[in-house]
Amino acid sequence: MFFDHFNYWIVVILMMIGLYTVMSRSNLVKKMIGLSLFQISVFLLYISMGKIEGGTAPIVSNAPDVIYSNPLPHVLILTAIVVGVATTALGLALIVRIKEAFGSVDEEEILSNEDNL
Amino acid sequence: MTFFMSHAPVLAIIIPLMGAPICALFRGKTAPWLFTLILSGIAFAYSIDLLIAVSANGPISYEIGGWAPPYGIEYVADPLSAFVMVIISGISTGVLLYAKDSIANEVPTSRLGFFFAAYLLALTGMMGITVTGDAFNIFVFLEITSLSSYVLIAMGARQDRRALTAAFQYLIIGTIGATFILIGVGLLYVMTGTLNIADIADKFDSISDTRPIRAAVGFLIVGIAIKLAMFPFHVWLPNAYSYAPNIVTAFFAGTATKVSVYLLIRFIYTVFGADFSFGTVYLTELLLPLGVIAALSMSVVAIFQDNLKRLLAFSSVAQLGYITIAIALATEAGLTAGILHIFNHAIVKTGLFLTVGAMFFATGTTSIKALAGVGQRMPMTSFGFVLGGLGLIGIPLTPGFISKWYLIQAVLERGDYIGYGLAIAILLSSIFAVIYIWRVVEILYFHPSPEGAKGSEAPLSLLIPCWIFILGSFYFGIETSFNVGFAEQAAQFLMGAR
Repeated sequence: MFFDHFNYWIVVILMMIGLYTVMSRSNLVKKMIGLSLFQISVFLLYISMGKIEGGTAPIVSNAPDVIYSNPLPHVLILTAIVVGVATTALGLALIVRIKEAFGSVDEEEILSNEDNL
Repeated sequence: MTFFMSHAPVLAIIIPLMGAPICALFRGKTAPWLFTLILSGIAFAYSIDLLIAVSANGPISYEIGGWAPPYGIEYVADPLSAFVMVIISGISTGVLLYAKDSIANEVPTSRLGFFFAAYLLALTGMMGITVTGDAFNIFVFLEITSLSSYVLIAMGARQDRRALTAAFQYLIIGTIGATFILIGVGLLYVMTGTLNIADIADKFDSISDTRPIRAAVGFLIVGIAIKLAMFPFHVWLPNAYSYAPNIVTAFFAGTATKVSVYLLIRFIYTVFGADFSFGTVYLTELLLPLGVIAALSMSVVAIFQDNLKRLLAFSSVAQLGYITIAIALATEAGLTAGILHIFNHAIVKTGLFLTVGAMFFATGTTSIKALAGVGQRMPMTSFGFVLGGLGLIGIPLTPGFISKWYLIQAVLERGDYIGYGLAIAILLSSIFAVIYIWRVVEILYFHPSPEGAKGSEAPLSLLIPCWIFILGSFYFGIETSFNVGFAEQAAQFLMGAR
């Protein structure tokens, strides 16, 4: 059961680690790490579903009866990876600005700073 | 001209998209603004052309790069998407008319080029979500919108540094929502082998009773609900709307959540089909209570806010509750009321946020207490706010009344106790709206100005666009053939499509 769907189990485990990190950590940088992990688990889900048993790389060859893996999910996930990089970059940029403005990257400290405005 | 018309679905997206990097090169106060206004106006003109063409000849399909669907990416303008496109580009253009002085006051002049580039990207993304007929494309456009909106919200940091934390909070929640949508689209692809929405919908019935599909439906609904700020996922919205620059708040209040509503309708009615959504997975039982809780609790929360923008933001969550109720009714009347309220709420709420922006421009604050006596100092702006508030409450002759009228008719159509209960909940929520609007009006008009209060009437460049929205809302509240007509057409199309 576990090894039949090894990739998918890893996806689920990574996803849960990522989501838990986002929710449980108050350090903003750790939140971003959790968010990246969560997104990466989805990349893995897409890549896994393009795999066809016995399939080779989808490069046209003249050999008879070749089974190709499905390249489309891989292409899709390239786009999502770019989006993920952009999200991480923007999130980190915001953290830098937050550090400048509030003097902290810890959510709880920031909240207590906000009250003192 | 035929070239421009036959490519209208893609040009409405490409023009703002290509304009964004060019806009980032412009310097100064006027050039980036004027450029953005022109591009947004062009997109608006194309949207209107599309809406007219669609309502006359039926849905228009456009093949990107000439690749035929289901393999190529297809853009589809049908009565619903064309109507939502007109709303988005119209609100965007109206807000831009107002933007020049307001945003120059809040964002450093050297950043205006980048600001308007992000604005154009947000517009591109929202227009793209509505017109695309490809499920993965929806995710891409959604992320274009989201990333640019995080930037736009963070631009409020010069006024209030909490804009940064609001943007970060939205980034975390928004990314989780978008990734849920990505998972849902992936599961749909695994089961159907296609990303074309019409193609997925065709194959959906034969595989609808499988576990991956149920998981996909769950991920998609939750992901869209986060983006929609549906109650319990609404926490990001009040913060984001309170601290964003005023024109950004006005723009998003009218469009960003409305696009998510569009997605919810699109997935529930077109992709899953009403039979599956309401017969197999019981979305009515799930969404109705959430809508009712949002409409009631958020209206109460709005009563106790100190900041005018925050008050209106909570009221937005409550209004989204009405739309959720309307969609969850699963009837043509309900759907009509929902689509109608997308339009009516967009125009009223944008008008309200624009008047608040004018008050901020003159007084430098949106704290309700500090706005005491503004009714005497800024009579035109304040009167605009009062009229917009009446529209929010739903006084006859305002669009709020029209959509509530349709909504109450739709809930009473159920004919059972739940229907009566819903009608009472909607009326109760409207009474709360009277309270929170009256509370502001009382302070604006009947409390004396604080000593040495600054601020006289806002300049005409702000007042005129405000009044376009306010008077426009009254126009659509009295002469309802445009909004009701197209909403009915869209609802009929969606219910008849399956």
